[in-house]
Amino acid sequence: MPKSLTPRLQDLKVEIEGYARAFGLDFFDQVFEVLSTEELNMVAAYGGFPTRYPHWRWGMEYEQLAKSSEYGLSKIYELVINNNPSYAYLLEANAEVDQKLVMAHVYGHNDFFKNNFTFKFTNRKMMDEMANHATRVRRWIDKIGVEKVEDFIDVALSLENLIDQYAPHIKRNPDPKIEKTQQNTRAEGIRVDRDYMRPYMNPKEFVEAQQKKVETEKQLQKKFPERPQRDVLAFLLEHAPLEDWEHEILSIVREEAYYFAPQGQTKIMNEGWASYWHSTIMTTRALKDHEIIDYADHHSGTMATQQGKLNPYKLGIELFRDIEDRWNKGRFGKEWEECDDLRARRSWDKKLGAGREKIFEVRKHYNDITFIDAFLTPEFAIEQKLFVFNFNDKKNTWEIATREFKKVKNKLLQSLTNFGQPVIDVVDANHDNKGELVLSHKHDGQDLDPNYARETLKNLQALWKRPVAIMTRGEGKGLMLRHDGTQFTEKKVEL
Amino acid sequence: MALRIDRDHGRFKQIVRGKIKQNLKKYVQQGEMLGKKGKDFISIPVPFIDVPHFKHGSRQGGVGQGEGNPGDQIGQGPQQPGDGSGKAGEGEGQHVLEVDVSLDELAAILGEELQLPNIEHRGSEKIVTTRIKYTGINTVGPQSLRHFKRTFKEALKRQIATGTYNPDKPIIIPIKQDIRFRTFKLENLPETNAVIIYMMDVSGSMGDEQKEIVRIESFWLDTWLKSQYKGLETRFIIHDAVAREVDRETFFHTRESGGTMISSAYKLCRDIIKADYPASSWNIYPFHFSDGDNWSADDTRQCIELLKTDILTDVNQFAYGQVESPYGSGQFIKDLREHLGDSEKVSLSEIADKDAIYSSIKDFLGKGR
Repeated sequence: MPKSLTPRLQDLKVEIEGYARAFGLDFFDQVFEVLSTEELNMVAAYGGFPTRYPHWRWGMEYEQLAKSSEYGLSKIYELVINNNPSYAYLLEANAEVDQKLVMAHVYGHNDFFKNNFTFKFTNRKMMDEMANHATRVRRWIDKIGVEKVEDFIDVALSLENLIDQYAPHIKRNPDPKIEKTQQNTRAEGIRVDRDYMRPYMNPKEFVEAQQKKVETEKQLQKKFPERPQRDVLAFLLEHAPLEDWEHEILSIVREEAYYFAPQGQTKIMNEGWASYWHSTIMTTRALKDHEIIDYADHHSGTMATQQGKLNPYKLGIELFRDIEDRWNKGRFGKEWEECDDLRARRSWDKKLGAGREKIFEVRKHYNDITFIDAFLTPEFAIEQKLFVFNFNDKKNTWEIATREFKKVKNKLLQSLTNFGQPVIDVVDANHDNKGELVLSHKHDGQDLDPNYARETLKNLQALWKRPVAIMTRGEGKGLMLRHDGTQFTEKKVEL
Repeated sequence: MALRIDRDHGRFKQIVRGKIKQNLKKYVQQGEMLGKKGKDFISIPVPFIDVPHFKHGSRQGGVGQGEGNPGDQIGQGPQQPGDGSGKAGEGEGQHVLEVDVSLDELAAILGEELQLPNIEHRGSEKIVTTRIKYTGINTVGPQSLRHFKRTFKEALKRQIATGTYNPDKPIIIPIKQDIRFRTFKLENLPETNAVIIYMMDVSGSMGDEQKEIVRIESFWLDTWLKSQYKGLETRFIIHDAVAREVDRETFFHTRESGGTMISSAYKLCRDIIKADYPASSWNIYPFHFSDGDNWSADDTRQCIELLKTDILTDVNQFAYGQVESPYGSGQFIKDLREHLGDSEKVSLSEIADKDAIYSSIKDFLGKGR
C-alpha cells in the first residue's frame, strides 16, 4: 500500500520544493507517495494511475516491467501524473540521493504540465476521472460479461490512435448553425451602396470566383462528412451503430487517448525540461559532497544514448542548454544568422544573459515539433552526433545513412509528426451510396504496414457494421484496402 | 501481497498460453527468442501482444545519435515510432541499466525458469589444474603485498585494546607488528571436459521451420551446458542417407534431399567418440534431431543396436528430439521408446512447434546427467 513520506523524505521534499520555487518554477501542489517495486511496476503498468479499468494489456505491461526489474535490466525510479494536485511515486528502496534527484525531476515535470500550452485542455482531475472510468467499465462487465466487454475494448484500442491531436486547440469545422443562416445560393459580392461603383468593387471575375465557391460549398454539403474528419473516434461515436455500453467504452478510450496525447507531443521537451531542472537543482543546491558519485552515475545512466534510438532525456536537456547558452550570448537573430566569419561566430558573446528567461518561454509555447524546428541548429546536430539511419535491404542490417543536417532535421520532424503515426481522416461515410465507410491515409512517403492495416480494418468493420475501406499508397501506387465483414480485398485506384 | 494488477496479469498470461481468447492468440509475439547479439549476449524473451493499429511499415529508419560514418552498421534496430504509445504515463523515469545479459546469467535464468538440476560431472578427478589465488593473510611478506585495510584494522584493534585510541581525534598509527601481507594459496581446480555432438536429419522432409526449431533448441542446450562446463566442445553431423561432419554454419543452413538413414549418423558419432573423446575423461552429450522418418525398419534396428552396444556405454546422456514436420512425424521415436525407453541414459522428446521448445529443453536437461 502506498505510504506517505517518512519525516526524512518530508524534509527533503520541503528542501527541494524550496529550491524549485526559488528558481522560478511554477507548479501544482505536489503529492509524493512511496511504493515498493511491485507496486511501482503496477502503477506504471496502469499508465501512472492506481485505478484503471480491468484489461489484460495492463497485465502485459506489468509482465514486461516486472521481468525487466527482476532481471536487473531496467528500473523505474519515479512516475509523475499530470493532475492537480500532481501525484508522483517514489521507489521505497531508492537511496536518499536518488530520491532527491527524482524529486527535483518531478518538480520539473510538474511545472511543465502546468505551463506548457499543449496541456492546457487536459483534465486536471484525471485521477478521479480514471477511477470513474474503471467503475463504469466494471459495471458493464457485471451486466453483460467480461468477454464481451474485453473484446470490445480490444477493438477500441486498435483504433485509439485515430484522434485529432490538435483538436482541443482549434475548431476544425464551422459551427453548423451559423453556417445555415449564412447559406446563399448566389454570390453577390461585396455590398455596394452606389451603383456606379459596382463594377469596380465587384468585377466580373471576382463575382464568378465567389459563385464557384458557393457552389463547391453546396457540393460539399451533399457529402458526408462534409470535410475530411481527423477525429475518427469522434466520428464513430456520432455515427456508428453502437449500443449504449459500446458507446460509453469507446468514449472512455477516446477521452484517455486525448488525455495522454500532449505527453506524446512533448516527450523530448518534457523530459528535457525535467532533466535540466534535476541537474540544475542537484548540482547547484541539493547535492552533498559524498553523494556526487552516485548522482553522476545515475544522471549519466539516464542520459545514455544508444545508436539506434534517440534518448529524449538527452536530446531535450542538451537542446534546452543550447538555447540557454545561445540566448545568454546573443547567438540568434539576423546579425548572427548572416555572419559567415567562423572566428567571429566562435567567440560571439553579446553578454545578453537572456538564456534562462528564454527557456522558460520555450517551455510554455512549444511542442516537440516546433521545438526541434525552431532550435535544432546545424552546430547542435554536429555536436550531438545526430544521424539518419536506414535499413539496408541488401545487407539486411540497419546502417547510418547520412549526417547531412537537413535530412537529419526532416527525418526527426517526420518521426514526430502525429507521434510518428500515419495521418488518417474519415473522408466518406456513404461511399457509393451504400453506407460504406472510407478512410484516407495521407501518404508522406511511408507506406502503411499491410498486415496491421488488414487487422485494423477488420476491427473497424466490427464497429461500423457495413464494409469499410482505407485509401492509401503502396509502393507508389494508389491502393484501396477494403474489408466487408467476411473478407478482405485490395485494389489499385487512381488517387 | 495481492495486487490489483494480478487479475489483469493472470488474464494476459492465459491469453499467451492460448487458454482464453483465441482471437488474440495470433497476435502473441515471442520477441526475439535468441537474438544472439555481439559475442555472448542475448535478450530475454518477453511475450507481448500487439493490438493492430494503422501504423507505418517497419524499416522506416529514423534519427540516431553516436559515432560512425555513413554506411556503418549500427546496433539493433530502432524502436518503431509509436512503440511507446501504450506506456503513455509521463515521466516514467525509467532508464535502461543494462540491456544485455551475459550468457552465464542467461543460463542461470534458464535453469531457474525450467528448474533444471545442476549436472553431475564425471571424470573430474582425472584432470586437475592448479591455480594461484591471493586469498590468504600473513604477518610476513614482501612490502609490495601489504594489505592496508587489514593493517589498519590490526592497528585500531591494538590501540583500542591499549586505550590509546581517541574517537574525537581518530589517528591510527600502525607499528611493525600490525602489518599484514597478502599470501597466495594453491588451488586445485578440477577441470571437466564436455562435448556435444549434434546430429541433424537434413533429408527433404526437414523444412526451414524444423531447422529453426533445432537451431533455437540447440542454442539453449549449448547455453546451459556451457554454464556447466568450461571449454565445451561442439561437433556437428548432418545426415540424410549418408552422414558427414560439418561446421556450425553448414549444420544450420544445409538442405539436402534424399532418403534418411539414421544409422549412418550414429556410426559417425560412434567413430568420433572413439577417436577423440575417451569416455573416461569426457562428458559426452549426443543430441539427435530428426522428423523421425527413417528409411527402413531394418535401419532402425541397426540404430538401436549401435546405441545399445557402442554409444550408450560411453555417453552421459543420449538425447533424441523428434520435430514435427509438415509430412507428419515418423515412427522412430516410438521405436526408440519401445527398445530403449527404460534406459536412464536416453532422453526422448517430441517437439511439435516453437512453443514446445521450452518443455523439450526440460525433457533433455531435466535429468541432471
